[in-house]
Amino acid sequence: MASSTHTADAIVIGGGLHGCAAALYLARSGLRSIIVEKDHVGRHASGVNAGGVRRLGRALPELPLADAALAQWRNIRDLVDDDCGFASPGQVKVAETEAELQALKARRETLLAHGFGHEEIIDAKQLRELVPALAPHCVGAMRVRGDGHADPFSTMQAFKRKALSLGVRIFERAPVETLQKRGGTWRVTSARGGLEAPVIVNCAGAWGGRIAGMLGDYAPVEVQALMLMITERLKPFVKPVIGAQGRSLSFKQFGNGTVLIGGGYRGRAEPERNLTHLDFGGLAANAAAAAALFPAMRGARILRCWAGIEGHMPDGIPVIGAGMEEGVFHAFGFSAHGFALSPIVGKIIADLVATGAADLPIGAFSIGRFSRPAA
Amino acid sequence: MKSRYDIAIVGAGPAGMAAAAAAAGHGASVLLLDEQSEAGGQIYRAVSRQNFKDRNILGSDYYEGLDLVSELASSGAEHVTGATVWQVSPEREIGVSKDGTARMVTAGQVILATGAQERPFPVPGWTLPGVMTAGGAQSVLKSSALAAPDAVFAGSGPLLYLVAYQYMKAGIPVRAILDTTPRANALRALPHLPAALRSIGALMKGRRWIASLRAAGIPFIKHIEDLKLTGTDCVTGVEYRRGKRWRKIDAAQVFLHQGVVPDVNLAMAAGCAHRWSAAQLCWHAETDAWGETDIPGIAIAGDGAAIGGALAAEYLGRIAAHGALHRCGCLGRAERDSLAAPFRRALAGEMRLRPFLDALFRPPRRLRIPQGDATIVCRCEEVPAALIRESVALGCLGPNQLKSFSRCGMGPCQGRFCGLTVSEMIAEARGVGVAEVGALRLRPPVKPLMLEELAALAVEPVSMPGKR
Repeated sequence: MASSTHTADAIVIGGGLHGCAAALYLARSGLRSIIVEKDHVGRHASGVNAGGVRRLGRALPELPLADAALAQWRNIRDLVDDDCGFASPGQVKVAETEAELQALKARRETLLAHGFGHEEIIDAKQLRELVPALAPHCVGAMRVRGDGHADPFSTMQAFKRKALSLGVRIFERAPVETLQKRGGTWRVTSARGGLEAPVIVNCAGAWGGRIAGMLGDYAPVEVQALMLMITERLKPFVKPVIGAQGRSLSFKQFGNGTVLIGGGYRGRAEPERNLTHLDFGGLAANAAAAAALFPAMRGARILRCWAGIEGHMPDGIPVIGAGMEEGVFHAFGFSAHGFALSPIVGKIIADLVATGAADLPIGAFSIGRFSRPAA
Repeated sequence: MKSRYDIAIVGAGPAGMAAAAAAAGHGASVLLLDEQSEAGGQIYRAVSRQNFKDRNILGSDYYEGLDLVSELASSGAEHVTGATVWQVSPEREIGVSKDGTARMVTAGQVILATGAQERPFPVPGWTLPGVMTAGGAQSVLKSSALAAPDAVFAGSGPLLYLVAYQYMKAGIPVRAILDTTPRANALRALPHLPAALRSIGALMKGRRWIASLRAAGIPFIKHIEDLKLTGTDCVTGVEYRRGKRWRKIDAAQVFLHQGVVPDVNLAMAAGCAHRWSAAQLCWHAETDAWGETDIPGIAIAGDGAAIGGALAAEYLGRIAAHGALHRCGCLGRAERDSLAAPFRRALAGEMRLRPFLDALFRPPRRLRIPQGDATIVCRCEEVPAALIRESVALGCLGPNQLKSFSRCGMGPCQGRFCGLTVSEMIAEARGVGVAEVGALRLRPPVKPLMLEELAALAVEPVSMPGKR
């Protein structure tokens, strides 16, 4: 096996949700791809994220993509033959003070000026009707109807299954060892033998910067370990996904009753050993934020806390687009907000590979925005 | 409780009590944390406040625990009862909850003495109300002197016979004992018999329990090859097979047991290396002669590392304590070695019997790995055997991936009860060894923690969230 060479139209590096989505759309464009994954599909950020599907609070350049992605999520069964646990009860960002509410209103004005009307302001009474379990001191909120969440596990499995059914080959436990270009062909060596294709798609997440370096590009990926915790199954008490303007909090109850609590608190990542370490100080602050907004949750039992290894860009938006060398495409650095975008980014990458152009504006995500530090 | 100790020990069974008593008195501050309301662990549960007046009911081995309890009490070690340890980090920060308050305690040296838990017994109907483990049945007897009459005891191993014997002695009627020890095991155990004969006393004890049960007219049916527990809302009967023939016995209460395995949960969550033991069919911690794991400053003593029984656990606890005292600078090397020497000798004697017992009571594959598709493997998430086999067919390679295929191991117990079954099942379905498949990765908290307890934890975050 090790001596054989596999050929394809594209080699996708990274078997996360973005890699599988890209391969899936490539297959729909008639292009054969091979995914090489150093561990197993969905091992890292794709398997441990919070499953949020939101437009609320996104950076402006991401909004056209988020809108298009939401349309895909609404019909996700058409794409991957599975509903992926998608639900759209809306997302809400709570204001606990008048000043926080003013900040939310200002954000709404900014979005309106750019032509986005999805962020609405609701008052205390409307908020209480929408989320009766919320602490009574909250004065209002930003609300985005149509936003929601999906189940990361079933989503990952559905994308993988669909990609396989369309002829995508997936090589697991196959870290990329070398990457070279000969003539117009990229050659990858891995534990599963050699691979050749005219196109490389870098969906390597936290390892995306390293792969970009091997491809002649530069991206200063910050590796981080975002922590999450989940409770036992509780009676349904909150429908929308809840965030807060004045606190770091993301709070959602899944259909099975478990409540997922996050908020961007970081543990410590050891990407070389595939390990993450939790910071209980951060988890305590995160739990305190959840308990302050949902007093009835105080006695709920936390069953598990974890952190995934994620890649984050210094300016908070991902890298999407072509690399410097012919036949190189990147999609990585989504930390904390890539799950929702995966179907649209997969389509954009496939369009770039097949036609050289994308339907949506992606200039802001160019890898060229980062310049190598002087030696 | 202070915020820092030289030596912290988790678990107040024989290993933990002995470790704490041995560690105290050498100038080190010693903390012993335990979930129960008094020292004793599982084997000596409630030994210091026993309700039975007649010592013959629970037997003299049990009351030997009293010496350890009093040694601990006078040792100077700080014993905190009702304390649930939910996290041990590689940096030896111990997350512990007591009376609804969580805190972090740091220790220079940690000794995990978490003991054993009963091996899963995943036969059809094992999750029905009315079915519990023999160990559970024994703790009811020890702590409350109350117990269910007319139970069927099914399975294999010394604890099963002992508990049935204790029930009988306590005057609680026992309906039957269904022994699943495979006929062929005796032959496989034979090579280990000469060494075991040097511990003839212990060997004879087991024979005496069985003989007494039989003499009392309790049916003792040997060489049972298959078991099914029947009933819809609760257990109403046991079906069992010898050879080709199935029979049925009515039962409103069934106690299952097929041996004990190390409780590795805290050690695995801390990241200590483990290896698969083919002899004991469970995970063993990789430890050195002093019980220290591959994580410096974290040691494991007693059944939590490998099954050796109560006396071995006591000696291992004392040995681990001397190792920890040396590492924290309270004992010189020579002093450590000479103080530990008598316990090493005693340990060697105690372990002579073990290979024989392991071989004789090795549970058969068909009772460790569910044969039918409908048998529940993960009781928290109600995952049946079929779903696990289907997941492997779809490309699932190990128990951690299985979570995303099936939610197996994602309930409140995090796979503490199904983990072994799952690893063995995946290994069988893939046709590879259990070591290659690996174990379920436990996430902290190892035991559930209330949100408000976590929220009140007085620890500063290392970093605050950035902009998202």
